[in-house]
Amino acid sequence: MNDMTPTREQREAKLEGMGCKRKRVEDIRFTQGKGNYVDDLKLPGMLHGDFVRSPHAHARVKKIDDTEALKVPGVLAVITAETLKTVNLAWMPTLAGDVQMVLADGKVLFQNQEVAFVVATDRYAADDGINKVIVEYEPLPVVIDPFKAMDADAPVLREDLAGKTSGAHGPRKHHNHVFEWTVGDKDLTDAAFRKADVTIKEMLSYHRTHPSPLETCQCVCSFDKIKGELSIWGTFQAPHVIRTVVALISKIPEHKIHVISPDIGGGFGNKVGAYPGYICAAVASIVTGKPVKWVEDRIENLTATSFARDYHMTTEIAATREGRVTGLRVHVLADHGAFDACADPSKWPAGFFNIVTGSYDFPTAHLSVDGIYTNKAPGGVAYRCSFRVTEAAYCIERAMDILAQKLGMDPAELRLKNFIRAEQFPYHSALGWEYDSGDYHTAMRKMMETVDYAGLRKEQALLRAAFKRGETREIMGLGVSFFTEIVGAGPSKNCDILGIAMFDSCEIRMHPTGAGIARVGSKSQGQGHETTWAQIIATEIGIPADDIMVEEGNTDTAPYGLGTYGSRSTPVAGAAIAMAARKIRAKAQMIAAYKLEVHEDDIEWDIDGFRVKGLPEKTMSMKDICWAAYNSVPPGMEPGLEAVSYYDPPNMTYPFGAYICVMNIDVDTGVYKVRRFYALDDCGTRINPMIIEGQVHGGLTEAFAIAMGQEIRYDDEGNVVTGSFMDFFMPTAVETPHWETDFTVTPSPHHPIGAKGVGESPNVGGVPAFSNAVNDAFSFLGSTHIQMPHDYWRNWKAAKDLGVFA
Amino acid sequence: MIPGPFSYHRPATLAEAVNLLSTLGDEARPLAGGHSLVPMMKLRLASPEHLVDLHGVAGLKGIQRRGDKIVIGAMTTQHELLASDDIGKSLPILHETALLIADPQVRYRGTIGGNVANGDPGNDMPALMMVLSASYRLEGKSGAREVAANEFYQGAYFTALEPGELLTSISIPLPAAGHGYAYEKLKRKVGDYATAAAAVVLTMAGGKVATCKIGLTNLSETPLLAEDAAKAVIGTSLDPATLKQAAAAAEAIMSPAADARGPVEYRKHIGGIMVTRALQRAAGRAG
Ligand SMILES: Cc1cc2nc3c(=O)[nH]c(=O)nc-3n(C[C@H](O)[C@H](O)[C@H](O)COP(=O)(O)OP(=O)(O)OC[C@H]3O[C@@H](n4cnc5c(N)ncnc54)[C@H](O)[C@@H]3O)c2cc1C
Repeated sequence: MNDMTPTREQREAKLEGMGCKRKRVEDIRFTQGKGNYVDDLKLPGMLHGDFVRSPHAHARVKKIDDTEALKVPGVLAVITAETLKTVNLAWMPTLAGDVQMVLADGKVLFQNQEVAFVVATDRYAADDGINKVIVEYEPLPVVIDPFKAMDADAPVLREDLAGKTSGAHGPRKHHNHVFEWTVGDKDLTDAAFRKADVTIKEMLSYHRTHPSPLETCQCVCSFDKIKGELSIWGTFQAPHVIRTVVALISKIPEHKIHVISPDIGGGFGNKVGAYPGYICAAVASIVTGKPVKWVEDRIENLTATSFARDYHMTTEIAATREGRVTGLRVHVLADHGAFDACADPSKWPAGFFNIVTGSYDFPTAHLSVDGIYTNKAPGGVAYRCSFRVTEAAYCIERAMDILAQKLGMDPAELRLKNFIRAEQFPYHSALGWEYDSGDYHTAMRKMMETVDYAGLRKEQALLRAAFKRGETREIMGLGVSFFTEIVGAGPSKNCDILGIAMFDSCEIRMHPTGAGIARVGSKSQGQGHETTWAQIIATEIGIPADDIMVEEGNTDTAPYGLGTYGSRSTPVAGAAIAMAARKIRAKAQMIAAYKLEVHEDDIEWDIDGFRVKGLPEKTMSMKDICWAAYNSVPPGMEPGLEAVSYYDPPNMTYPFGAYICVMNIDVDTGVYKVRRFYALDDCGTRINPMIIEGQVHGGLTEAFAIAMGQEIRYDDEGNVVTGSFMDFFMPTAVETPHWETDFTVTPSPHHPIGAKGVGESPNVGGVPAFSNAVNDAFSFLGSTHIQMPHDYWRNWKAAKDLGVFA
Repeated sequence: MIPGPFSYHRPATLAEAVNLLSTLGDEARPLAGGHSLVPMMKLRLASPEHLVDLHGVAGLKGIQRRGDKIVIGAMTTQHELLASDDIGKSLPILHETALLIADPQVRYRGTIGGNVANGDPGNDMPALMMVLSASYRLEGKSGAREVAANEFYQGAYFTALEPGELLTSISIPLPAAGHGYAYEKLKRKVGDYATAAAAVVLTMAGGKVATCKIGLTNLSETPLLAEDAAKAVIGTSLDPATLKQAAAAAEAIMSPAADARGPVEYRKHIGGIMVTRALQRAAGRAG
């Protein structure tokens, strides 16, 4: 060896594989304004469509008059439910097994519901046309409060369901009832409560909010009459599913439907569902023979496409005097809005909410969820979380604090006492999950030591005493949150969407010169897949990440995948990528053995190629193997170097983390200051630590927004009062706290590279940390629970209700 | 969020602009920075048929000292106010307030003329102008007139501007040497209008308040001068009882609307606190 020979470390570093803080390759185009988003697409002759929307939350539509609209220069057509009925598309199926109006059919059920679709030669003309469509409404009584939806005399919202005593998820109890879902052992749980020394009960509301990605929902549909083919460019988190849905409802053969998700500016669950805009643009294109673009504006996005949460969770814990939990009982009133358009795996009407036992060893638990209809927009998507996991984490983490308060115990100590112990994994939870791995005590203790938890509690005690003496108007709260997520949907035994198992896929094709392309069934919306997917392959097959191009989102070229949401990409697609890469390596090994003239068993993998065992200088690099794959493969072997893998995960993965928020609140104004936020995440094997940190920063910022003010609020008439970024809290860099991140590593035992999801953990774990901080701050004044969001005026109101100004 | 159709005019002189506005009548609106008007047009809350852009009109920009007054051209942007040393030294409260308006992007475009002429109770400059005893120069077909800021605001989006008139400049008498000042604004985030805000300019003599003016933003249909509150602090050393009395006097004239910033009771309560804090901070700065 001379000194030019790279060291093993240098060879390893050159790959920029797993564990490397590789810079995001997609940022080169994003930071220069060279991304390619749906709205960048301009096709010859393209038309624009936009909606007439309902100002009422509940009203009969008596008449739609488009005479004046059709006189506006540039307006070509006004599509209504009557038009759609001719192609049997006035209603569409939802992912949750319900049906949803595409355009108002006889009545409207929420404010800003789509009533008519105006098609014009440009977007200005479309909007002018909208303002000339005259709709005659007859207002009906409105149901906004979910707790009143099932009153005997509540107005009937879904007249189309009249007489239907059961829905997609079983029996319906009331005309505004969607489903009831129960899990767990009721009798055992009731018995635990009877025997308990201590119990708590609290109604914990997780308010309605919205994923609000920077780029709103949009599409361009182009129907080619000659070929009978429909092309759809859209902001789809799951393009293949969209293709199948379109095939099922349009009867266009699936191979003649081309769905393309170009660059996407954030999704957070908002872009999983199917929306009236897609159907109307497709129908308009079929009718006019021209491409039709539909682009939502911000107000439409916030008020009409999928919201998140609106879960009202009556939560009870039974415990011993010493603070051991013995039972959990939760009843959820789930407000689904006007149509059940939740995006959950088909058999899970409340998603994976049964992860609600959290990180604790509950011997028994019982959960029931009632889904209901109200006059609000449909949705109920997982806003940067696995299905309903944020709700579950909030529920249990808030409830554990309430129990600690009742027991007079420190909330961190109560958690340590009840954690599932490292040796209990794989752990079977009372509500039916098998947790794959975890080490909660280590993570929690690391958090407590790093932030000097004991010191913070001392400081809080001093400040409380000073407050009581009237020397300060500030109070201080410590918000502890220890979450367990369940991500990576999911195993075919319990997860499907419309009957399609929730696997994911990867196809790798290596070119002769040692570079290659990987096509994956997931779809990045900003998560950095082009960067991390190449890193997995780099480590697995020893080709530098820079030499692997990653492509996603085109259903003609990508293998069938279920898309990106629910932190499923790394657990499922990431596994498919590793498995496809291993198939490449297996074939490469045969080629290398042939070229090195030894038996396959006599060579071994070494960073970026194979070497003969015992003869380290006899090597063949992967790059050379790629060349050989195209000219000198062993006799009987097919040339080429490609592999496909479809991965059906054996289990979910269970990332976890220990978070703490230190907050001060000025009781006179309600203004808070986040003094410190520490987030320790355990997502198993870490593919790109820099991307993980970025994901955690982004998720924590969303969690901060949600807990501290981000809300879709309706007034009693059903008007959205927070329908723009003026009132819907979207923090800027100025409001956003400083984030401290940390980690432990507990690899997933069943995942090929040991990785778990991380993108959503910070939203899941962050919200309870903020809310617990506020609640902890006020607890010494006698409160047990203050509902989110904790914006300034509500904090002031909490202080006032606790007699601070008396 | 697409505005209705309109035609665009870009006059080069004040006479031309005034002429356009008076001939086009009610359907024409002057366009300054566009950061209040254009959002309203996008929501179709305003649908003017003609926009008369003032950016080409000569002589509407700049900051000048005229005797004991500072005269600011209507088309001077918030950013230009912030960049001016003269404003920083002689009218520091104007600097402090401009910095609390929106974000840098808005401040690069938004003008002081547009801010005071708009008539939106959420704008921060109007209450400050009242506290500073500023006057506005209005020019129309029939000539020019000066209107005191104090007499300019009549209701939400209703001002003393007559159709066809333009606000061309603002004159502000220089506050007394050694004056104390503060603009206190509570907002939910950068880019938000005030939940409540208070402007205070005062002078102290022998540890006691000698003169004082208090203005209130976004607590009524128009900006307010809290005269009783100001009276209550004259001659005092701003002891806790006096501050309480001043806050109560200010709250008595507030009539904010409930909105996503909070219910009426909260917004008034915050108004009182902003007054208290502005008084304390202003007194601390008085020489
Ligand atoms: C996100 C955002 C946040 C904001 N936050 C704040 C805030 O916190 N505080 C605040 O004070 N403002 C705020 N603003 C408003 C901003 O300061 C505007 O720039 C200002 O209100 C209007 O100034 P302009 O030059 O943009 O006027 P324009 O929008 O062009 O005009 C406003 C109105 O005044 C009329 N007008 C303009 N100039 C004249 C003139 N010379 N003579 C007669 N009439 C005229 C116009 O016809 C129009 O009716 C915010 C704006 C945005 C977009």
